Amino acid sequence: MISPILAHALFNGSNSPAPVLLADTISGVLLERSPWLTESGAMLIAALIHTALIGAFFGLPAFAFIWAERKVAGRIQDRLGPTRVGGRFGWLQSLADGIKLIQKEDLAPDAADKLLFRVSPYIVVVAAFAAFMFIPFSDGWTAVVMDVGLFVALAVLSLEVLGIVLAGYSSGSKWSLFGGMREAAQMVSYEVPLGITAVIPVVIAGTMNLNDIVMMQAGGKWNWFIFHDPFAFLAFFVFFTVTLASNKRAPFDLAEAESELVGGFHTEYSGMRWSFFFLAEYAAMFFVSMLGTILFLGGWWTGIPAVDNAMIAVNSDSFVYGYLTRVLGMGMILLKAGLLVFVQIWIRWTLPRLRIDQVMTTCLKYLVPISCFLFLGVVTWPLILASTTGRTAIFTPLGDRVPVPSYQERPDAPAAQHETQSSILPVRIPVAVQSPLRGEN
Amino acid sequence: MEQFLFALYALLACGGALAVVLSQNVVRMAFYLVIALGSTAGLFFLLDADFIGATQLLIYVGGTIVLLIFGVMLTSSSPYSSLKSTPAEILQGGIVGLAFLAVVFSTVMSVDWARTQESLRQGEQVSSLGYNPPEEGNTSRPIGMALLGLRFDQDLQSAEASVSPALPENEPATPAESSTQEAEQSPATLGTGYLLPFEIVSVHLLVVLIGASYLARAKRPQPAPG
Repeated sequence: MISPILAHALFNGSNSPAPVLLADTISGVLLERSPWLTESGAMLIAALIHTALIGAFFGLPAFAFIWAERKVAGRIQDRLGPTRVGGRFGWLQSLADGIKLIQKEDLAPDAADKLLFRVSPYIVVVAAFAAFMFIPFSDGWTAVVMDVGLFVALAVLSLEVLGIVLAGYSSGSKWSLFGGMREAAQMVSYEVPLGITAVIPVVIAGTMNLNDIVMMQAGGKWNWFIFHDPFAFLAFFVFFTVTLASNKRAPFDLAEAESELVGGFHTEYSGMRWSFFFLAEYAAMFFVSMLGTILFLGGWWTGIPAVDNAMIAVNSDSFVYGYLTRVLGMGMILLKAGLLVFVQIWIRWTLPRLRIDQVMTTCLKYLVPISCFLFLGVVTWPLILASTTGRTAIFTPLGDRVPVPSYQERPDAPAAQHETQSSILPVRIPVAVQSPLRGEN
Repeated sequence: MEQFLFALYALLACGGALAVVLSQNVVRMAFYLVIALGSTAGLFFLLDADFIGATQLLIYVGGTIVLLIFGVMLTSSSPYSSLKSTPAEILQGGIVGLAFLAVVFSTVMSVDWARTQESLRQGEQVSSLGYNPPEEGNTSRPIGMALLGLRFDQDLQSAEASVSPALPENEPATPAESSTQEAEQSPATLGTGYLLPFEIVSVHLLVVLIGASYLARAKRPQPAPG
C-alpha cells in the first residue's frame, strides 16, 4: 500500500525542489517516515524496491513475448501454435518451457574454458537487465535518472555482445566459435548506424535525458519526433532495422543460424544457462522497442492532443490524478513497445535469413551512409526551414510544446520558465522566438 | 555506503588488473580486463562523472574488449592460446609499468586537494536544465561543446568578467572565491577544449585491433616449410 506522502513525493515530486532522482525520493521518504533507519539502510531498501520493479519489467515482458513468438509463428505458418497449457490459447506455455529448462542437466563440454563458459550467460543477462535502469516507464518513473541517459543505456546494452562473444569462444566448439565471430563482426559494424540514428532525436531535442526527450513530444502525434521532419521519419526505420540486427533477430540472426551452425554461440549450452540467453534476447527486444518508442514515437503520450493536454493539466493538480495519468502513460508506452516487438516477431517469421556477407554489406554499404546522410539532413533541416518559411519546425516549435514538469515548478519564478525551456533548443532562430506559434497545431 | 561501494569497486579494479597481469590465457585476460575496466566505470559513476563512466563502458568494455577477443579469435592458431613471456619481456613490461606508475604517482601527489575541494564547493548552483545539478553528473552539454573545441565554462566566464567585472547579483565573495575569480579574469584566451583527446580516442580502437592480432600471432608455431 502506498501512503499519501510516499505517493505524493513519488509521483508528483513537488515536495522537494531537489532533483527527482527516484532512488533519492524513495530513500528520502523512507527516512522521513521511519527515522530509525540509517541513510544507507534507506538507500538499500530503495535499491531493493527498484531492483524488484525492474526485475518484473525485465522478466514479465520476456514471459509474454516468448508465448507471443510461438503463437505468432504458428499463425503465420498456418498452424495453431500452443493451445493446451493454461487454457485455450496456451497462455502458460512460457512457464512450462521454464520448468522444463530448469530440470535439464547443466552441462559443460570437456573442451570448454569452464570459468568463462559458466560466466558468460550471466554477463548477457546482467547487461540486458541493467539497461532497463535508465528507461523511463512514465514521466519520472525511472530507476536512475541521468542527464546522459541514452548514452549510458546504449553503453550498458553493448556489454551484451561481450557475453555472447565469450560464450562462443569458451565453448570449445567450432559452431560456437563461428557464431561468436559472426556476432562480434556484426555488432562492431552495426553499432555505428545504431549510434548515428539514436543521435538524431538527441539533435532534435537537444538533450540525452530520456525523460526530457519524451516531454518534448507532448501535444499530439504530429509532435512525435518521427514526424519532426522527413529525415527523422526515415531515421526511425533505419533505427528499427539496426536494432533487429543488434538483437540478433531474423533476418540478421547469423550468430545462431540454426540451419548452418546448429545453435551458433549457444550450441553447447543447456538448461538454465541456455534459457538465460533466451531471456536476455527477449528482454533486449523489449528494451530496444522501448527505446524506439521513447526516441521517435512519443513515449508515454497518447498522440491525441486533447488527451495529452488533459494529462498535462491534471498532472500537477493532485497526486491521485498525477498517479493515474502516469499509469495511463505507462500503459501507452508498453502498448507501443509491444507493437514494435510484434513487428519484430512478424519480420522474423516472414523474411529469410541473409548470408553473413550480405549482412555486412547491408550495414557498411547501405545503412552507414544512409544514417550519415539522415544525420546531416536533420542537422540542416531547421536552417533550411527557417530560410524558406521563416520558422524552425513544421508543426509546433519545440520550445513551446514542453509541458512544465512539476519538479521545475517554482512559484516564485514563473517568468524564468519560458526562458529556461527555450534554451533547451539546439538551434534557436530568432524569428521563431519573436512569433510564438503556440496553438497552431 | 558510498565509501563501502567505492572501496569495493576500487578493490575489484585492482584485483582485475592484477589478474590480467598474472593470467596466461589471452581471452581470460580480456575477461579480467572487463572486470577491471567495468569497476573503473563504477568508480566514475560513484564520483558523479556519468559521461566519463558511460564512455568508459562503451569504448573500453563494449568496443575495445570485443575487438580484442575478435582479433584473437580470427588470428590464433590453437583453441586457447596462452602467453608465456620471456624474462626480457617481463623486464620491458616492468620498466614501462613502473615508469607509468611514477608518472601517475607524481601527478596525484602534486594536486592540491584542499584547494580543488574548495573550488568544487563554491561552484554549487542548481541547473535548470535536466534533472541533476552539474556536480551530480549534468555535464553532458559542457562536455559536448568542449569536444567541439568550445569551452563555455572558461571562455564565457572570462569574457563576461572582462566585459562586466562586477555583476550586480554577485554575492560578496569569500577570499577563496575572489582568488579563483581573479584567476579566471586574467587573460581571456580561448581554450581548445577536448579536440586532441577526442582524436586520440578515435585512433585507440585501431591500435587495439592491431595489438590483439599481434598478441595472438606472437605464439603461433613457425609454419613448416612447404
